[in-house]
Amino acid sequence: MTGTGNVVTPLPFPTAARRELGDQQLRHNLRKATHTIRDKRLRVVGEVSDWEQLRVAGAAIKDDVLARLPDLLEQFEAAATAAGATVHWARDAGEACAVVAGLVRATGTAEVVKVKSMATQEIGLNEALEAVGIQAVETDLAELIVQLADDTPSHILVPAIHYNRSQIRDIFASRMLGVDASSLTDDPPALAEAARRHLRSRFLSTKVGISGANFAIASSGTLAVVESEGNGRMCLTLPETLISVVGIEKLLPSFADLEVFLQLLPRSSTGERMNPYTSLWTGVTPGDGPQTVHIVLVDNGRTDTLADEVGRQALRCIRCSACLNVCPVYERVGGHAYGSVYPGPIGAILSPQMSGEGANRTLPYASTLCGACFDACPVRIDIPQVLVHLRQRGVDDSRGRPSAERTAMRTMSYVMRDRRRYAAALRTARRGAAPLRLVAGRRGALRRVPWPLSAWTSVRDAPLPPKQTFREWWTREHSS
Amino acid sequence: MSTPPDARTEILRRVRAAQPAAPVDVPRDYAADDGPAGLALVDLLVDRLEDYKATVRRCAAADLPAILAASLTDVPSVALPPGVPAAWLSLYGGEIARDSGDGLTVADLDAPGVAVVTGCAVAVAQTGTLILDAGPDQGRRLLTLVPDHHVCVVRVDQIVERLPAALRRLADPTRPLTMISGPSATSDIELNRVEGVHGPRRLDVVIVA
Ligand code: SF4
Repeated sequence: MTGTGNVVTPLPFPTAARRELGDQQLRHNLRKATHTIRDKRLRVVGEVSDWEQLRVAGAAIKDDVLARLPDLLEQFEAAATAAGATVHWARDAGEACAVVAGLVRATGTAEVVKVKSMATQEIGLNEALEAVGIQAVETDLAELIVQLADDTPSHILVPAIHYNRSQIRDIFASRMLGVDASSLTDDPPALAEAARRHLRSRFLSTKVGISGANFAIASSGTLAVVESEGNGRMCLTLPETLISVVGIEKLLPSFADLEVFLQLLPRSSTGERMNPYTSLWTGVTPGDGPQTVHIVLVDNGRTDTLADEVGRQALRCIRCSACLNVCPVYERVGGHAYGSVYPGPIGAILSPQMSGEGANRTLPYASTLCGACFDACPVRIDIPQVLVHLRQRGVDDSRGRPSAERTAMRTMSYVMRDRRRYAAALRTARRGAAPLRLVAGRRGALRRVPWPLSAWTSVRDAPLPPKQTFREWWTREHSS
Repeated sequence: MSTPPDARTEILRRVRAAQPAAPVDVPRDYAADDGPAGLALVDLLVDRLEDYKATVRRCAAADLPAILAASLTDVPSVALPPGVPAAWLSLYGGEIARDSGDGLTVADLDAPGVAVVTGCAVAVAQTGTLILDAGPDQGRRLLTLVPDHHVCVVRVDQIVERLPAALRRLADPTRPLTMISGPSATSDIELNRVEGVHGPRRLDVVIVA
C-alpha cells in the first residue's frame, strides 16, 4: 500500500536544506547534541565484546521476520486476541487515523494521553484527532516541547534536538499553562520538574492512552515500549483504555529475540547501557493496567517497501537514530529539511520507498555516501547501498525518454578520459559560466539550469566552474 | 469503528505477494550464558546502579529490617504489594498500606511522602537493570510508578550477568513486565541524561546476601 500522511515530503530536499542551513543557532545546537550522543554511543558500544555478533543476529532476526511476515502477523493477531486485545488493520494513514478516532470516540472522552511514537506521527494522528474534537496530549518531554512550540519534530529519538536549554526554557515560560515564568531557569532538572508538574494530573485522570510499540512478539501477542521518563509507563498503566499503533514490520518471532534487541537499542539510541524503563504487556491483565486494549496494525507503504529486494532492508530499522547522529548531512541541515517524520539517512531510504509522492524522490540524494550510517546501524542496514539503488531506480523510471542524466554521465566520462579534451572543456565551461555567475551570486551555485542539465539540478545545486583550474594556478604561480 | 472492510485481507495479500522466498538462518553466536556467579557480579551490579544515580545498600538477610527502616526514616507511609513479608518492615515506624482486597487507589499512592517497597524477579548486573514481573512481592504496575520513591530488595541469587540469562529466568513473560534501570530520567535536553521526570525520582536498592 502506498504510504500517506507525514512521510510525504512537501519540498525538494535542496530547497528545504537551504532554508535550514541559514539558521546558525540550529547548526550550533545540532552539532553539540549529535557530538555528545556520538561519544556516548561509542563508549557504551565499546564495552560490549559481542557487539558485532549481536548486530549480525539482529539483522538476521529481522530478515527472518520479513521472510515469514504473513504467518507471523496472523500468529500475532491470534495470540493478542486470545490474551484479550482487539486487533485492527489499516492500509494507510487515513484508515489508521479513522480506526483510532473511532475507538476514542466510542469511549466518550475528549482528551487522550500519548506516549511518543513514530507510527502515530507518521499517520498524523494528532491532527486527525483534533479534527474530530479530541485533544491528544504528548507526554514525552521533547514531544511536549515541540507541541507547545507549535513546531514539528526534527529527530526520531529527540524530537526537540534543534532547541537548546534556554530556548526550551522560553517555550515553557511562554506556553505552559500554570508555570511560574519568573522563577523558571534553564537548568535541565528545573525544566524536567516543570514538565512533571504540568502533566501529573492528566496522567492520573485521563481515560485513554495511545502508544506505539518498539517490538511486537508474534508467538505471545506481547507489545514492548522502551522509554526513559516514565511517561510511557503512565500512559500504558493508568488509563482504562489503551490503543497501540504498530507498523507491521515491528514483529519479532519470539520473546527470546528481545535478548538481542534490548541490548542493541538503548546503546545505539541514547548511548546508555539500558534505558530507564521498558514495559511489556500482553493483552489485558485483570486488575493491572488498562482493561480495554486495542492494537492497530498499519501498512502505510511498508508492503511497497517489502516488494523491493534491495530496499526492503530498510524495514529492519528499529528507529534508534544512531544513523542520524553520525550523519554529516543531518548534522548540518537538521531533521526538518527531510520533510518526512523519518529524517536523516534512514529517512532518505525509507520515506521515498513508503511513498513516491511529493518531493520524496529528492531524498536519496541527501547523502554523501560516506558510510558512517552503516557502521552505526545496529541492524546493519546498508543505507549507502539502498541510496544508490534508489537513485538508480529513479534514473530507470525515466527510461523511454532520453535520460539526460545518463547522457550527461556518458559524455562526462568521454571528456574526462583525455587530459586535452578535459582542459578544453573546462575553458569552454568557464566562458559559458561567466554570465551565469551573475545569476548564481555569491553562493557560486546554480539552483536550476535548463534541460538537459536540469536532471542534475532538480535534486541538487550545480556549483559553477572556478575562475581558474588548479593546474592553471600552479603554472602561473610557479612560472614567475 | 473497527477494521475497514478488506484491510486485513489486502495487507496480507500484499505481504504474501512481496514476500522474500528464501528462509533465513539466524546466527546466534553472541554471548548468551553468564560466567560463574559470585561477588564480582554483585560489585558490577552496584557499580551500574550507582552510575545511574540509584542508592545501593548491601546487607545480610538478618539485617534487612534494620536497613529498610534506615532507608525509610523520612517516609511517613509505605505501600506494600500483597506478597512482601511483614517481617521486612518490622522495624519501620510509619504507616503501612497493603495493596490487597480493594487495593490502593492512584490518589493513595500519589499522596506526598509515600514510598513503595518491593522485591524483584531478576536483576541484570551488566546494565544495572531490575526486572519486575508482577509477582506477589512486586504487585501491580502502578505501585512502583506513582509513588516518588521506590525501594527494591534484590537477593544475591536473583542477580545474573547478562540480559539473555535474565529473560530466560522469567517464569511467564506474558505477565506485565517492567524493566527498571535507575530512577526516571530524560535525555531530551541537549542529549544529556537528567534524572527525575515522571516515574519515581528516588530509587533505593538493597542487595541481600
Ligand atoms: S537505520 Fe539503523 S541506525 Fe538508523 S534509525 Fe534505523 S536502526 Fe537505527
